[in-house]
Amino acid sequence: MTTHQATFVRASMIEASSPPIAEGGLVRWLRKNLFATPKDTVLTIISLLVLAWLVPPAIQWLFLDAAWTGGGRGVCATVAQGGAQPEGWSGACWAFVNAKLDQFVYGRYPLEERWRPTLVGILFVLLLVPMLIPKVPYKSINAILLFAVLPIVSLILLPGGWFGLTFVETPLWGGLMVTLILSFVGIAVSLPLGILLALGRRSHMPVIKMLCTAFIELVRGIPLITVLFMASVMLPLFLPQGVTFDKFLRALIGVSLFASAYMAEVVRGGLQAIPKGQYEGADSLGLSYWQKMNLIVLPQALKLVIPGIVNTFIGLFKDTSLVSIIGMFDLLGIVRFNFTDANWASSVTPISGLIFAGFIFWLFCFGMSRYSGFMERVLDTAHKR
Amino acid sequence: MAIGVTTTPEKSKPSGSIINDPQVRGIFYQVITLVVLAAFVYWVADNTIENLKRANIASGYGFLNGRAGFDVGQSLIAFTSDSTYQRALLVGLLNTLLVAICGIFTATIIGFAVGIGRLSHNWLIAKLSLTYVEVFRNIPPLLVIFFWYSGVLAILPQPRESAALPLNMFLNNRGLAFPKPILGDGWQYTLFALVIAIVASIAVARFAHKKQDATGQRFPILWTVLGLVIGLPLLTFFATGSPITFDVPVAGKFNLTGGSVIGPEFLSLFLALSFYTAAFIAEIVRAGIRGVSKGQTEAAHALGIRPRLTTRLVVVPQALRIIIPPLTSQYLNLTKNSSLAVAIGYADLVAVGGTILNQTGQAIEVVTIWIVVYLSLSLATSLFMNWFNARMALVER
Repeated sequence: MTTHQATFVRASMIEASSPPIAEGGLVRWLRKNLFATPKDTVLTIISLLVLAWLVPPAIQWLFLDAAWTGGGRGVCATVAQGGAQPEGWSGACWAFVNAKLDQFVYGRYPLEERWRPTLVGILFVLLLVPMLIPKVPYKSINAILLFAVLPIVSLILLPGGWFGLTFVETPLWGGLMVTLILSFVGIAVSLPLGILLALGRRSHMPVIKMLCTAFIELVRGIPLITVLFMASVMLPLFLPQGVTFDKFLRALIGVSLFASAYMAEVVRGGLQAIPKGQYEGADSLGLSYWQKMNLIVLPQALKLVIPGIVNTFIGLFKDTSLVSIIGMFDLLGIVRFNFTDANWASSVTPISGLIFAGFIFWLFCFGMSRYSGFMERVLDTAHKR
Repeated sequence: MAIGVTTTPEKSKPSGSIINDPQVRGIFYQVITLVVLAAFVYWVADNTIENLKRANIASGYGFLNGRAGFDVGQSLIAFTSDSTYQRALLVGLLNTLLVAICGIFTATIIGFAVGIGRLSHNWLIAKLSLTYVEVFRNIPPLLVIFFWYSGVLAILPQPRESAALPLNMFLNNRGLAFPKPILGDGWQYTLFALVIAIVASIAVARFAHKKQDATGQRFPILWTVLGLVIGLPLLTFFATGSPITFDVPVAGKFNLTGGSVIGPEFLSLFLALSFYTAAFIAEIVRAGIRGVSKGQTEAAHALGIRPRLTTRLVVVPQALRIIIPPLTSQYLNLTKNSSLAVAIGYADLVAVGGTILNQTGQAIEVVTIWIVVYLSLSLATSLFMNWFNARMALVER
């Protein structure tokens, strides 16, 4: 056997060469995500063209050409329309939003009393934020403060009439304040009521089951606006003479009942998803009906349907804008009400106001949906597939 | 059953206190509920009768034959202010159906496009679709309607400066003017041909299905049906000497003359409902397609089925099964949201009903009509979709 003589032995590793240019960095990303196939390339180019056609004018209109400050319609109208802007000008009229911002938040609440809604708002934020962060302790005290004490405080502060506070009647309320009150009360009422209705619908007692089913299906079958009309036109007919309900309260009842029917269906979905063994296990432990529901079934069922519940909340928040049709001034209502202000009448005022209102609604709804995603991950303790 | 009470296995009668018998308790609770409910209904009815008597309103539906005395902006059937309330409600119902059907059609198309776009491998398309969904899902539909109505359509040019669109259409702040078809003699034949073509298409589809079951050969259904449905009426149309002519809108000095006009109310409601609902449909479509497990696609590929056919024969039928039930509820939502028409004065059922309610004070009757109509619409849609769903559903043992 001859020994092979190694003529060359590499003493060190070769430097890793960089990947082909098509396989790394930006080029690879572009090829994979934007230009993978001819069809993709065409789609990308079309979208880029559409973006190029839409985005720069939008930015121009929204920011660069916008009228940010000023005290009247002059800043938002062209010379021909009696304003100060050059001919052919078009841009957002943020000066209008800026000037009316107080009204958009408080409605026509008297100026000197506006500290009251502000105080309620601050308390609300102070109580809500720790409620929403899972790590903060004392959740039960927090919940009592938020859902029991705060409503009572608001009931004293907002309408007034007690303790020397001047009475502010609800037609003067408006703006974001009304939107938030309606949604908060709607959410706080519709969740428990919806759970009760869902339990009723799955009850073994035929009368209860029938009544709950009839209510849920009836309310879900008709548009909210008819429910609001009912609340504003029919409710007074049902009550004895002399008993009158505040219009705001009527809208509140309408919105809450409407949302609770939808909530009931969401909760029912969760109840149905809980295996029968859980119900039977609770029964065999000798738990009463309410113990069974509160301790075993509902915690599991509600966790399952968090996305559905939050969707109903978001729907409720958006639906509060409908009260402007029955003559109340929520955020959308007060923004539209201000279009009629002759001092600000111009062709770009309505669209600027609507974009602002839309942005506020969007912020709240998007925030809620993001928070629900976060909560799902926090509560996702088991059952992971 | 009380804890600690021993029961005999045969258990002929409930043992223990009768108070603890769940059945007796159940009956007790139900009786209480019924009594409370009956008392409440009696109280409400009593108040209502009292209130109506005082307001001098005769209950009943006799008012429907009265003269309406108001005009509606847009109507599919002949309507003047001398027509009856009944006819006004019919106009409202037809308008509701019109905007709902148009909206459902457009929302489905946009929704499917955006939903598929969200699953695209193309980063830009996916992100654009995501933006669309996140923007429209989180804004109240009423605001979208106003956006179109007072934001966009109201600042369009005056009629005399109408923007000309292709196909002789004009857009101005009074709406969209388009050529109005005028039906000449013999147009019925074209309609007749269309009906025949549809019947023939169904027959062809059946035949093709049978043939495939028997021989395994696929018949080009799509092209045959397209040819039939488009070709046959077109042939008849030209054979009978083009009986349909168009009344084209002409830009005059101050206004457009001729043609038909779709009002800005309808346009903004239609656009808003379509764009708003499309965002929800997109999410449903995405969830449906994602819900088909990847194994199905891979199995189809392993069998040598081409990608396009895999999508058509394997993925889409299974995805539709997931998509249809929530899609139904979106269609119902759109129909119910069409009642927002009242905010911009499009004469839908709620708007017309509201006017009648204000004129006559017949609150209970009008609200009852609303409820009955919307409930039947919901019921009809869900019956149809349930039938469709049953056809699509997985046939299991």
